[in-house]
Amino acid sequence: MIDAANLTFAYPDQPPIFEHFTWHAAAGEAWAVIGPSGCGKSTLLYLIAGLRQPQAGRLLVAGQPVPRPRASTGLILQDYGLLPWATVWENVALVMRMGRFYRGKPSAGVGPRPYPRADITAEQVDAWLTRLGIATVRDKYPSQISGGQRQRTAIARSLLQQPNLLLMDEPFSSLDALTREDLQRLTVELRQETGVTTVVVTHNIEEAVFLGRRILVLGQAPTTQARVIENAAVGSPNYRGHPAYWQKCAELRQQLAAAGEDKKARSPDATA
Amino acid sequence: MRRRELLLAILALIVTWQLLAWAVHSPVLPGPWAVFHAFVREIPRGLGWHFLVSGWRVIASIVVSVLTAAPAGLLLGQIPLLNRLFSPIVYIVYPIPKIVFLPIILLFLGIGNTSKVFIIFIILFFQILVVVRDQASALRPELIYSVRSLGAGRRALFRFVYLPATLPAALTALRISIGTAIAVLFFAESFATTSGLGYYIIVESWGRLAYPEMYAGVIAMSLLGLLLYFVVDGLERRLAPWMFVQ
Repeated sequence: MIDAANLTFAYPDQPPIFEHFTWHAAAGEAWAVIGPSGCGKSTLLYLIAGLRQPQAGRLLVAGQPVPRPRASTGLILQDYGLLPWATVWENVALVMRMGRFYRGKPSAGVGPRPYPRADITAEQVDAWLTRLGIATVRDKYPSQISGGQRQRTAIARSLLQQPNLLLMDEPFSSLDALTREDLQRLTVELRQETGVTTVVVTHNIEEAVFLGRRILVLGQAPTTQARVIENAAVGSPNYRGHPAYWQKCAELRQQLAAAGEDKKARSPDATA
Repeated sequence: MRRRELLLAILALIVTWQLLAWAVHSPVLPGPWAVFHAFVREIPRGLGWHFLVSGWRVIASIVVSVLTAAPAGLLLGQIPLLNRLFSPIVYIVYPIPKIVFLPIILLFLGIGNTSKVFIIFIILFFQILVVVRDQASALRPELIYSVRSLGAGRRALFRFVYLPATLPAALTALRISIGTAIAVLFFAESFATTSGLGYYIIVESWGRLAYPEMYAGVIAMSLLGLLLYFVVDGLERRLAPWMFVQ
């Protein structure tokens, strides 16, 4: 599903964040990406989403380069992703409305046609609202509902486009602990229902272990090689209660510390 | 409820007016009944025509200023380079009382409709420009990313993000500057013209000491302001209901 080979990326006038980075994620896998702030985990997500372009190397999603966002990649951000002037229903139905807006208009630009599908119906919108438990707030505006309901709205909106890749950037960081666990469980369930490939970026060790079948550990930038932790026991909504879960959390904590140490030793100011 | 409160407010104003008229007891302040009479009598005799002329001038200015200032504000708000280039100019021009340019505008555009529409236009233009620009620059990049990730191209972004984000801002700017627009119109119409409510009030009534007619003109101008205010307010509630929820 995602193929990064020799990928190099830097923001203008800044040291590179990825240098000759190679990483592969197969279709249907559940990935978590973890690392300290500034390590480039959100950048990696934006690159996959087609919102940033690599300076060198190759990045393929479903076998195609991503010069612009593709309609079958869903993106869920920590906050501010919903249209404040649209109700919950209108926000979820955005894909449908845009699909109709584009119907009959010719495609412009390069790369695969990014426009949302025109065949999504209002019944599908209602079905996702019900599945995510937000049917009762369908006529409310984002400012009128809770943070958890807002993220449920964002998830419903992304799943309505029937993505084969779902990218989540710190999706539950601003929620309280119980709501967060609730939505993490929901994510596991929805993943099993839809089989969508997921990449969840997080700075939270427990979230990474709960959601990631495979966990990509990033250290200080620039990242050159992919450190991956296998987390085979993932997938059960009750995983949190298992000793294996806590062992994995401890292992990941160690790896994160090691990634930090390793980079420090390599950086030129380590001797100062 | 809201309607009843408005009616009560109007009633209170009329009662106060009547009490003042009795107290002053002078032809300079006729009572509401006399003015109402003059108002009805004068509508077919020119007042209605002047009202339409003034209304046309304000509405034309509003349309031109929204159509130019909203896209300009959107561009400035979304393209930092453009904003850096133009913000010093806007910063300097914005607080200048544009009415002082009236003599110059009259020299260049003559005493017809164009000069009146233009003076109101430059006042509204900067009000709308600044509010829309600030609204557009406050649009979170995360929001744009999300909508783009759903497959939005430039046209869909405009239709589903930029338009709904800036239209209410333009209306808010309009609503708060309609009073100024009409005040300026009154001033611009009060000399060197033969039509409009300003002309009717100053030249046709005040100049002839026709006090009830003068007050009828004042009422007509107030009605024009109120009417436009209500229209913009209603549009705002209709087009941006999310701004009015608890």
